Amino acid sequence: MRRLIIAAPAGYGNAGAGSLSLSSVSRLERGPERIMSIIPVDRKTPSRTRLSHPALVLPLLVYLTAFYAYPVAAMMLRSITEPSWTLENFRRLFENPVYLHVLWLTFRVAAIVTIAALLLGFPVAYVLARIDRAKSNLLMMLVLLPFWTSILVRTYAWMVLLGRQGIVNQFLLAIGAIDEPVQLLNTTFAVYVAMVHILLPFMILPLYSVIRGIDGNLLRAAEGLGATPIGVFRQVLLPLALPGVSAGCLLVFILALGFFITPALVGGPRDLMIAVLIQQQVELFNWPFASALAVVLLAAALLVFGGFARTLGVREALGRVSR
Amino acid sequence: MSRRARPRSGPSLGVSSIAALVLLYLVFPILVVIPLSFSAGTYLSFPPPGFSLRWYENFLGRSDWLGAASLSLWVGAAVMVLATALGAPAALALVRTDFRGKDLLMGFIISPLIAPVIIVAIGIYFFYARLGLVGNPFALVIAHTCLAVPFVVINVSATLQGFDERLEQAAMNLGATPWRTFWQVTFPIIRPGVLAGALFAFISSFDELVVALFVSGTSAVTLPRKMWESIRFEIDPTIAAVSTILIVLTGVLFLSAELLRRRSERLRAAVVLPDLPAKDALRSV
Repeated sequence: MRRLIIAAPAGYGNAGAGSLSLSSVSRLERGPERIMSIIPVDRKTPSRTRLSHPALVLPLLVYLTAFYAYPVAAMMLRSITEPSWTLENFRRLFENPVYLHVLWLTFRVAAIVTIAALLLGFPVAYVLARIDRAKSNLLMMLVLLPFWTSILVRTYAWMVLLGRQGIVNQFLLAIGAIDEPVQLLNTTFAVYVAMVHILLPFMILPLYSVIRGIDGNLLRAAEGLGATPIGVFRQVLLPLALPGVSAGCLLVFILALGFFITPALVGGPRDLMIAVLIQQQVELFNWPFASALAVVLLAAALLVFGGFARTLGVREALGRVSR
Repeated sequence: MSRRARPRSGPSLGVSSIAALVLLYLVFPILVVIPLSFSAGTYLSFPPPGFSLRWYENFLGRSDWLGAASLSLWVGAAVMVLATALGAPAALALVRTDFRGKDLLMGFIISPLIAPVIIVAIGIYFFYARLGLVGNPFALVIAHTCLAVPFVVINVSATLQGFDERLEQAAMNLGATPWRTFWQVTFPIIRPGVLAGALFAFISSFDELVVALFVSGTSAVTLPRKMWESIRFEIDPTIAAVSTILIVLTGVLFLSAELLRRRSERLRAAVVLPDLPAKDALRSV
């Protein structure tokens, strides 16, 4: 019993970190705030003395409309208005097996990368969330350092590792697993390895903050009541971590769909993903067709986002993405 | 309760070792680049044949590399100022006032972070192509600001959300004007959040490749753009030297942003709330 009592304040201290989101759910989890709620704060009533005004958002709104929303909307319109009002660009896209294959491949890569990132990211997030603060802050640096490093640098690092003279080949030669260097770079395998590496922190961070917010006593209670480790995982940990799982998967999948730099550099000629195809079409001056591809990519991203937003609530999804 | 039944605490050895392997996978590639940049050889071989600083000399001695680096610094600084000037007041309005469509507006402001960059990039490229702005560094600043502004809004909003407005009310009750209250009470408390947002904005521009690939033309070549060309056409360890410089530079910048963010939480906590969550800032691609 003593252990549980000692653990309780620690659980409280951890509770706050669970809120990656703006949601009311996570606000409930912020233990210490409840202490403050004894003192009434009238946040709802707009008072004369509040130092703000809705109009402060206007400059940004105008800026983004002019330099972001308008150009993107005009680009998308191009896909149905050039050369004249037409659906020709989309017909071409959906009738040509080459382009359909690119779409299929893009989805497949995004799905596999998401699953791999979840499988690799969950243990890391779990361990980081369950060890003490000082240690986890230190180990978190190992997640954050790659996260902060430019994608270009990280992709380059994989080119160095996977090249014919690269470290991976030399290692495999040294231990006698292979007799001559194998082709690793410019393969689908390289795309997976590098993309999972780059997107993994996007999975770990939301998972970590949700698992950190889970009261450790619940896991201990399940263990104490005789659940096997797998039982604890399936019946307690996973259901409670589900918001983190969906937020992480959503982020990784959407980012993977539009990935450009990595597949362009480490993929082979057969690993054409949609973003790379769009860039090629722009360079060939097939702008209306490139726009049609962009519309399809955006629609796919929105569809996935909408699906998750329905299960999570838009605020939750946005909040998680944004923090 | 018997000793045997005492539940164990902390993750098991099996899970911990899997986590350790994954962490190694995350860090190893980055650590490999660093020794490579000090290689004496002309080719990317490992282990490096000897120690030399020739690739750093190569970077510092070539005007195309230096020009690209200084342009990136310059564009990043301009983006930082512009994004902060636009984003911080917007955050103030979004957190502190209620109006119709606020959620939708927040979604719109954050959307550049979520939308696939290639879409934003070609949208802006077509727009600039029509206006003859491709290759104009100012146009690059304008484009990068769209992508950087969500970081400012998010960081400043986070700081404002835990802000106890009774402090301002107290200041004004004591006779301070709203203007003075803002600069003497509000701003000092949210300043670390604003600075963190500004730093994130700088890095997001300094790092940005996809938009630059389309918009920078041949006359406004940024550092990532130059690196892209170098990786594709002239693989030599110069790029490893540049990468090492970038790893160190972004590491230091992000660490400062992170410390600022924690400081802002501590500041808020010290003045008002006993404990507030550490928010893990996510960075977009």
